[in-house]
Amino acid sequence: MSSSSQKVTVATTWLDGCSGCHMSFLDMDERLVDLAEQIDIVYSPFVDAKELPPQVDLGILEGSISNDEDLHKAREFRAHCKVLLSLGDCAVNGNVPAMRNPFKLDDVIERSYRENVDLNPQIPTEGVPQLLSTVRPVHGVVSVDIFVPGCPPQADAIHYVLTELIAGRTPDPSQVTRFGA
Amino acid sequence: MPIRAQQPNVSVVTLNIDGQDLSARADETIIEVCRENKIPIPSLCWMDGLSVVGACRLCVVEVDGGPRLQAACATRVREGMSVQTNTDKLQRYRRTLVELLFAERNHVCAVCVSNGHCELQWLAQKCGVDHVRMPYRNTGYRVDSSHEMFRVDHNRCVLCTRCVRVCDEIEGAHTWDVMGRGSGCQVVTDLAKPWGESDSCTSCGKCVQVCPTGALVKQGTSVGEMVKDQQFLSILARRRSNR
Repeated sequence: MSSSSQKVTVATTWLDGCSGCHMSFLDMDERLVDLAEQIDIVYSPFVDAKELPPQVDLGILEGSISNDEDLHKAREFRAHCKVLLSLGDCAVNGNVPAMRNPFKLDDVIERSYRENVDLNPQIPTEGVPQLLSTVRPVHGVVSVDIFVPGCPPQADAIHYVLTELIAGRTPDPSQVTRFGA
Repeated sequence: MPIRAQQPNVSVVTLNIDGQDLSARADETIIEVCRENKIPIPSLCWMDGLSVVGACRLCVVEVDGGPRLQAACATRVREGMSVQTNTDKLQRYRRTLVELLFAERNHVCAVCVSNGHCELQWLAQKCGVDHVRMPYRNTGYRVDSSHEMFRVDHNRCVLCTRCVRVCDEIEGAHTWDVMGRGSGCQVVTDLAKPWGESDSCTSCGKCVQVCPTGALVKQGTSVGEMVKDQQFLSILARRRSNR
């Protein structure tokens, strides 16, 4: 068994997505036990760590860049992670969150928080991040090394990509997944 | 180019495709010979049984080592011709073409009725498009649900014009045509009337079946439910050319 220091360190987070890609990650089921021998999840919604360590081998981002917090997190991940992976269609192409892009942001907010609300309609401004006018895929704001499309990518696809990366090879995700898979 | 009538006395040529020596009828195109010999070339606008427009350029090949790429669907075979169908350069061009199609309109596979049965989605995977490098245009197009059986979502349209050709050449109605230029280019029914108000449409549904994406679909379909059946086309086209 490899010691902790030899394990590949992995950080994950979700941006504007539904967390389904993280659920699909958990769908690797019993294979997670073997993976845990080889990787160390140092920062993630899965674990309790509150801060992204200064140096991480692999960063995994789910979700698109829709607000200033997403943008900040994506830049942090790029700065701290040696390899950055876009997991799922929202991260890879904007997917459903980006379907608001043909509309003006003010119209979108108006529609969501006033037009369709019966009781006490108001636009939230405190304690919520500012929405960006255009939703972008992760590689629209930082450089990304590996793209794993799918909505969500199947657990098998995630497993293939991770095991290839752990083995030091470059995976070809098009072999196992596609847009909308 | 009209659909060919069968010519029994046509001459035969020999050519080389990807290192394979092949023989073909002189009136065949490169893509037809490739399809017969199971040599995969991606294509989108080309369809067996319809005329050739050479619009999508996905089937480009290298001929005789020349720098000018030729559309395999619109290039006839020649004696001694040497064709390369899958060089690095061609792969690069095809990938870029597919990416541009995705960037141009809304092709969100995850919420499309054609998810899992879409030729564009399948092409993206085959061409290794795991992301789109250019910025998305993010422009909204109309959805016309006025027809009682069918719907057109221009956001999913790749302007292959298969619908225009099948309606004109096979059904004989010519309900569909093309209007506008550049990013404003769009397929239209009856001089841009709503489809439901079309006088010429026979509601045969051939356009829906040949559409490679989720642009033309049946009403009432949900995500992934729109499965298309294109078998009718080659049967009808063959019967007509035999007349």
